[in-house]
Amino acid sequence: MERLVFLLSTGLARGAVLALFALSLVIVYRAARAVNFAQAAMAIVPVYVAFAVTAASGSYWFGLASALVVGALLGAVVERWLLRLVPQDNPLPGIIVAIGLVMVLQAGLAIAFGPDHRPVHAPFSQRPFEIAGVGVLSPYDLFVLVVAAVVMGALAILFNRTTIGLQLRAAAFAPETSRLLGVRVPRMVTLGWMLSIATAALAALLLVPTGLGLDPHAADVLFVNAFAAAVIGGLDSPVGALVAGLVVGVLASLVTGYASAATAPLAVLALLTVVLLVRPHGLFAAREARTA
Amino acid sequence: MTTTTSETASSNTADSPPRLEVSGLTVTFGGLTALDDVSFTVADGEIVALIGPNGAGKTTVFNAVCGLVRTRRGEVRVGGVPAPSSTTGLLGAGVSRTLQGLGLFEHLTVLENVLVPLTSVGASTSTSVDTAQEVLGALGLSALAAVPAGTLPYPERKRVALARALVTRPRLLLLDEPAGGLGATDIDQLAQTVRTVSDGGCAVLLVEHHVDFVMDVADRVVVLDFGHVIACGTPDEVRRDPAVEEAYLGVPVSAGGALGREERS
Repeated sequence: MERLVFLLSTGLARGAVLALFALSLVIVYRAARAVNFAQAAMAIVPVYVAFAVTAASGSYWFGLASALVVGALLGAVVERWLLRLVPQDNPLPGIIVAIGLVMVLQAGLAIAFGPDHRPVHAPFSQRPFEIAGVGVLSPYDLFVLVVAAVVMGALAILFNRTTIGLQLRAAAFAPETSRLLGVRVPRMVTLGWMLSIATAALAALLLVPTGLGLDPHAADVLFVNAFAAAVIGGLDSPVGALVAGLVVGVLASLVTGYASAATAPLAVLALLTVVLLVRPHGLFAAREARTA
Repeated sequence: MTTTTSETASSNTADSPPRLEVSGLTVTFGGLTALDDVSFTVADGEIVALIGPNGAGKTTVFNAVCGLVRTRRGEVRVGGVPAPSSTTGLLGAGVSRTLQGLGLFEHLTVLENVLVPLTSVGASTSTSVDTAQEVLGALGLSALAAVPAGTLPYPERKRVALARALVTRPRLLLLDEPAGGLGATDIDQLAQTVRTVSDGGCAVLLVEHHVDFVMDVADRVVVLDFGHVIACGTPDEVRRDPAVEEAYLGVPVSAGGALGREERS
């Protein structure tokens, strides 16, 4: 019983990070109508910057802020000066360029900072609180949950309650019509990339202290699981990403605890397979037809 | 770039320039001449209908006014100055249009659909919502404000598209087949709305197949055939014009229903 409670609560905290990263994939999918296979590499670059800023300033918060800023900048640069130059008539060139970008970024980080794991300290203790002798969430897990909830809430308000959010949604689903109504669609695509990479960078930053440490591949497994979660949720659906992220996080935690860490990815892939067999568009996919 | 004004069908009042002035407009697609020396004007508060068989160039006129096709010769002036070529520029100049395929954002609510054009003219959020609600109310759509547009039946969707064009309070409204696919009751209601809009001083240019609606609502009718203006005048004048009868294979225009060679697009 204690073990179940511990695994469930840890799973929730890991799931919150997954949900955040899955949400970043949904945002970029909506903006670019493509899965960004470079998301993990693009997310880890700002984490290196955050690591350096924290080391130099002694403040975790400066590091966190710099990760968000650098993530947004990197998103804008990659969209405007790389992906916009790639032919858009079919998705393949974009995917190949993204894979190339992964190699360049990860190799660049390894050249600049070395390929080894760098230990990263969490800003809060990672020792679980004990309630009636049962270990539950650690202070750091709580911090992760709160940050994830705040960011998701802020993004929900941005997309659903603001003028920019309405333009982002309109441009995502019907770019041509939006353009005719005066929406600056290319600007919205850039903004989508900025939001997406900043969110992904935050998720990676939150993840790193709970793993082996910082290395150029530190977000790769996060990407695979979050991609599974995003597809399970429906790729188009922020709510789907949130729910599926938590479900995948808890599932991976339970399988790791009761079976083995090596089995967890198989369980996630099994879940993905079942969902795609039952509902090929994902659990929360929008049913409406997309118009040009 | 300008042509002689003598061939411009003008209904100008006083010295103020017409809201829309199309003069000597020529558009070619490859070797095909879509529009050849087309000239007409629409004054403030006037309703002008463009009719003609399919392929006559009606929608091309709209696209030329909106800067969506390259014109070979001629000029489009809005409010006395050359028409802006960017969409935001056109919105700023008070030009607004409906799209032939409606182009609603299916997944957005009716209210959100109507809000989108306001986001690009820089109105504040609260004012925008008030304006949008007002227009929805005027078109009898208030109760549907929170419903996703994609779930509505066709007549309501057409009204949403009209509301979206009206919400920016245009000085020039371009309507692409506003009556297409509507029943008699909806068409009456549409005619009422268009008249109200024009009574408010807005210039209305509409492309329409539905002859009864055109004859009922238009102040003037411009008839296009193979890219040429073959007739221009009040509905009565146009109805009696021999060239128009000939263009429509001898079918008197007053017979009602859809014109001669056309099919629904």
